[in-house]
Amino acid sequence: MGSENKKYAVLKNNGSVGTAEIPVLSYNEFSSEVVTLLQKKENHCVTYFAFPEVNGLKFIAGIAEDTNHNIFVLSHFLPETKPQKLESLTPKINALHIFEREIHETHGVDFPGHPWLKPVRFAHNRANKSMKVNDYPFYTIESDELHEVGVGPVHAGIIEPGHFRFICNGENVLHLEIQLGWQHRGVEQTMLEKQTLLQRNIVAESVAGDTTIGHSLAFAGVMESLAGIEIKTQLDVERAVALELERIAVHTADISSLCTDVAYNLGANIFGILRTLIINFTQSWCGNRLGKSMIRVGGTNFPFTNENRIRLFKTLSEYEKQFVELAHLTYRLPSVENRFDDIGTVSEQQALQIGTVGMAARMANVLRDIRATHPSPAYEKYNYTPVVLPKGDVFSRFLLRRKEIKQSIAWLREVMDNEEFLFPSDTPKAELKLKPLSLAISLVEGWRGEICHTALTGNEGKLAYYKIKDPSMHNWKALELSLRNLEISDFPINNKSYNLSYCGFDL
Amino acid sequence: MIKEIKIIQHNGKQFIPDLTKTEVPYPFRGRPEISNEKVDQKALQNCCPMAAISVNPVSINLAKCNFCGECAFRFPEKVKFTNDHRLATNKIKNLLVKEGENHKIELDQSAIEKKIKTVFGRSLKLRQVSAGGDNSCEFELNACGNANFDMGRYGIEFVASPRHADGVVVTGPVSENMAEALRITWDAVPAPKLFILCGVDAISGGIFADSAALNRSLLKNVKVDLYIPGNPPHPLTIINGLLNLIK
Repeated sequence: MGSENKKYAVLKNNGSVGTAEIPVLSYNEFSSEVVTLLQKKENHCVTYFAFPEVNGLKFIAGIAEDTNHNIFVLSHFLPETKPQKLESLTPKINALHIFEREIHETHGVDFPGHPWLKPVRFAHNRANKSMKVNDYPFYTIESDELHEVGVGPVHAGIIEPGHFRFICNGENVLHLEIQLGWQHRGVEQTMLEKQTLLQRNIVAESVAGDTTIGHSLAFAGVMESLAGIEIKTQLDVERAVALELERIAVHTADISSLCTDVAYNLGANIFGILRTLIINFTQSWCGNRLGKSMIRVGGTNFPFTNENRIRLFKTLSEYEKQFVELAHLTYRLPSVENRFDDIGTVSEQQALQIGTVGMAARMANVLRDIRATHPSPAYEKYNYTPVVLPKGDVFSRFLLRRKEIKQSIAWLREVMDNEEFLFPSDTPKAELKLKPLSLAISLVEGWRGEICHTALTGNEGKLAYYKIKDPSMHNWKALELSLRNLEISDFPINNKSYNLSYCGFDL
Repeated sequence: MIKEIKIIQHNGKQFIPDLTKTEVPYPFRGRPEISNEKVDQKALQNCCPMAAISVNPVSINLAKCNFCGECAFRFPEKVKFTNDHRLATNKIKNLLVKEGENHKIELDQSAIEKKIKTVFGRSLKLRQVSAGGDNSCEFELNACGNANFDMGRYGIEFVASPRHADGVVVTGPVSENMAEALRITWDAVPAPKLFILCGVDAISGGIFADSAALNRSLLKNVKVDLYIPGNPPHPLTIINGLLNLIK
C-alpha cells in the first residue's frame, strides 16, 4: 500500500492507528472499495458503525483479511446538511445487512435498497422512539392455509428473552423471524459513561456472562493497544488458557443440553457434571466459576502458577477420560444420530452469504477462526489448527463441539508442557493514559466465534466511542435459515445447537 | 447396557450429600469482613467500581457489590472476602456489612408469613424471568438443578408457566424492553407468591444502575421476599437462601 491513492489504513489484530491516518473517502469510493474487498473470499467485515462527530456522522468499517492477518479500516463522512440517506450495500454484500440496520436504528440514516431495514434491538438511544419493542414489523404471508406461531419473549425455561415468529404450513415452517432487543440495557453507553478503567472492565465482563473471558479479553486488547502497553507473551498465554477453558466448559454444557432435548438422560446428566469440573477449576483459579475478575488490563490479580498447572493437568485428564468414554457412546447412538442428522442444514454458500462467524461458520465448511487467522501472541507461539466440518446440520454443530473440545485440550496440554510459569505476571494497571484521537480494534475467538471490540479516543485521550460486536450479530440469521422446511418441533434442537447470545446481541 | 453402567460407575457419586453444610473452597469470594484497621478511607471508597463502599463507619453494601475483590486487593489488611457463601436475606438492610461486625447474613424469620412455610415448605415451583441479565445468573440458576446440586430433592423446581409457579426469580437490571413482560409474568402468578431478586444486577441494577435503558418501576411496588447477592451468586448461595425462606 503506497502513499498514493491510499484508500484505507491497515491494522493488525489488537493494533491501533491515529484517526487522522484513516482516509475519509466519499461514499462512492467507500462503497466500491468495500464491495471489491468483500467479494474476495478471504475477506470479511468485522465491524461497520457510525458515530457522531462535529457537523455529521463518521462511518468506520473494519474488514479482516484472513490470509495476511490484516484488518483494513475504511471511513467516510456524512455531513448533517446532506440528506441522511446512503445507498444500501446489502444487495451486493448480504452480510452487511445487520450493520446497516444497526446504523439505521441508532442514527436514523436511511439505506434505500436495503431489503430488511427493520429495528435491531430497540435501543434506548435509537433515532425513532415512536416504535416500541412490541411494534416490531414482522414479515407476514396472507393465506388461509398458513398460520403463525409466536413464542416469547419469556420462554419456558431458564433462558433469556427473545421473540420467535414462525409462519407454518401445517407442521412445516416456511419462515422464522427472530426479534431481539428485550435484553437491551445500554452496554455501549454505560461503557462511555463509566469513568474508571475497572468499571469499564466490569461492563465488558457483563456483555455476555457465558463469554466473560472472551469479551473482557477484547476489552483488554483495545485498552492496552490505545495505551501503548506491550503485555508479556506469558500473560497472553494465561489469558488464552482461560479462553480455552471457557470454550471447553460451554461446549460441554451445550452437548449436555442437546442430549436433554432428545431425551438422552445419561448424556444430559454426565456431560453436565463434566462441565462442573472445568468451571470449578476456573473458580479455584480466580474465585468465580465464569471467570469474572480474571481478565484485567495490563496484568492480572490471578497469575497462573505452577501449582495451577499441576491441578489443570489433573482436571483435564479426569475430564477427558470420562468425556471420551461417554462421547464414544453418545455420538454413535442411533436415537441421537437420527434426530440430529440432516436437520437444520445451512449450506456453505448461505453461511458465506450471511457472514456467519465462529462455530456457525466452521460447521458449514467455512474457515473463520481468529485464533488461526488473526492470532494473538499466545496462538502465534502455540499454533491452533481450527476444526472445519462440511455439512452444516445439527449433527455437525454437535460434532464440532466434541472435536473442538479435543483440540482445546491438546492445545492446553502443549502450552502446559512448554510454557514456564516461573514468574507471576504483573498486577493490573490502575488507570491508563490513552493515546488521543486514535482507533483500536481487537478480535477474539470466543467459544461462539469472533468477538470484535472497537474503541475510539477523542482529544486528551478520552474514550469517545465504543463498539461491541458479538458473533451472534451474524449468526442469528443462520438459525432462521436452519428452520426453513423443518417441523416446528425441530426448533429446540436447532436453537440449542447454535446457543446464540441474546444479551450479547441486545447490548 | 454394560457400557452405560460402566460410564455411571466411572462417573462415581457426584451429588453433594448435604447442601446446607457444604463449603465453597477459597479463593471463592463470599461474605466480606472488614477489620477495624485504619486506612485511607477515601482511597478505599474510591477503589470500588460499584460505589458499594461507604465510610464512617466503613461498610460494604452487598446489594451493590459485585464481588470483584478490588478492595481486598488494594487494602488486604482492611477487607477480606471469606468463603462464606450464605449471603441471601429477606431484609435489604442485612446486606450492609460494617467494619468490626463480622456476623453472618441471615433471614429475618419473623418477617416471613407462616403460610409461606406451610404452603411452600415441601414444594416450591418458580418461574424465572431474565430482564436484561447477562446470562451468568441464569447459568447458575440452571446449575442449581443439575446432578451436582440437585435442588429438586427439596421440591424446588423451575416451571414453564407462571400459572404453575409459586413465585418469580428475576435476574438482570430490568431493561425497559422487558419491564412489561416481567410485570405480566408477575401478575400471572397466583397468590401466595414470592418475588426473588437474584444477582447484583437485579437487586440494585449493578454496573448498569445508572443506565437510561432500564425501567425498575415494578420493583417499587412489589415486596421482595428474597435478595440473593452475587455476580452471579453461587448455586449454594441460591439454594440455601431459598431453603431458609421456605423451611
